[in-house]
Amino acid sequence: MKKDLLSIDDLTGDEIHLILDTSEAMREIGQRPIKKVPTLRGKTVVNLFYEPSTRTRTSFEIAEKRLSADTLNIAVSTSSVLKGETLADTAMNIEAMAPDMIVLRHPSSGACHVLARLCRSRIINAGDGMHEHPTQALLDAFTIRERKGRIEGLKVTIVGDLLHSRVLRSNIGLLTKLGAEVCACGPRTLIPAGLERCGVKISTSVDEAVAGADVIMMLRIQQERMQGAFLPSVREYFSTFGMTAARVARAKPDVIIMHPGPMNRGVEIASDVADGPYSVILEQVANGVAVRMAVLYLLAGGADASD
Amino acid sequence: MPVVLDAQRISRSLARIAHEILERNHQVDELALIGIRRRGVPLAKRLAHAIHEIHHSEIPTGALDITLYRDDLMRTAVAAQPVIRRTEIPFSIDDKRILLVDDVLYTGRTIRAALDALIEFGRPKAIQLVVLVDRGHRELPIKADYVGKNVPTSLSQSVQVHLTEIDGRDEVEILES
Repeated sequence: MKKDLLSIDDLTGDEIHLILDTSEAMREIGQRPIKKVPTLRGKTVVNLFYEPSTRTRTSFEIAEKRLSADTLNIAVSTSSVLKGETLADTAMNIEAMAPDMIVLRHPSSGACHVLARLCRSRIINAGDGMHEHPTQALLDAFTIRERKGRIEGLKVTIVGDLLHSRVLRSNIGLLTKLGAEVCACGPRTLIPAGLERCGVKISTSVDEAVAGADVIMMLRIQQERMQGAFLPSVREYFSTFGMTAARVARAKPDVIIMHPGPMNRGVEIASDVADGPYSVILEQVANGVAVRMAVLYLLAGGADASD
Repeated sequence: MPVVLDAQRISRSLARIAHEILERNHQVDELALIGIRRRGVPLAKRLAHAIHEIHHSEIPTGALDITLYRDDLMRTAVAAQPVIRRTEIPFSIDDKRILLVDDVLYTGRTIRAALDALIEFGRPKAIQLVVLVDRGHRELPIKADYVGKNVPTSLSQSVQVHLTEIDGRDEVEILES
């Protein structure tokens, strides 16, 4: 493994499988009466979050605590960033206190790469702008592999805001690397230029895209990142692209429905689908802790000689 | 490469240990076997089978991975992390007499880690240690209760245990390194 986890591109297929296998062992720790192992005793992990987050931050923090690391959370709303400190200065100051790892969530794409160049600490990308969210893709892959027994050869349809989604970019990288057939579907205004070069099929018809799918992955409509007129209205979006029971019925009978959260019920997904029998949305959250434990454990060791 | 135990002697040692376990523990229903990954696990299963042959009682059997409890995990900044395997203890260890099973007893550090790991699963009545080979050179005050064979070794040697379930054959050999 490299020093940092910034992007799915940093990982080989073997390393992805190693992370998923390690996650399986880590999940068992969460089922014990004492949900804690001493592995990262004496290591300090800083969770530096420049964007609001419930799931990812909580999930990382639980993972760190279950491995006995000392953790601290810096939420930007209560930090000196509000006084005008730059990311580089904040990073150098945190680095001066010698943490072992920094988990960074930032609204700008590439922020983690900047930090990784500045810091000796290992950097884990917990979402940078519209770029990547590698631990989300890893936990999605873990959930798929557990439900389907494999990833290779599956048809995965990803529906929603393709333009702003870092979850999409990490998932495309990971799923195509492991041999899944990925179809991305969304309104024309929300399809980024050049997406077809990533080795995925692109569709603007959700009925067509979900036909025969093994996995349907919904993406959130990110109203906070939309400054332009991307969508005529939320109601029109739901009627054209929203995941309804009728659309789910076009997929394979054992399809699973995924969503990285937070969900906009009635915008990209109908409530009866989100809470229905095909939904594995809460399993994804549960698996997130185990996958993040695996990433923390594997990164805490030495980097390969190749790094 | 001297072979110190062949297939037949391994199976006789395990049969003898099964008898010793029954001799020392009268409450057979309190017993449970836990093998340390990797090669302690097939040994624990074979002991459960051997005890069943003699006493016709099922001894619950589990597997313990001690990697996360090792004391040498974060000491080197160059090596990749060791692979973690699953811990599977599908029964409560509370008030059980646990037979902890491993292939080779050497420094005692693995057993120290295993004891730390086990105690987080509950409070057993007792923990006893079963090893196929005791090669000496202890670095911690740890002693086995049941030993297949004591093999005097030098620090430059290594003891390789091969078991059919993992390696395709049963054999214990000493290698010069």
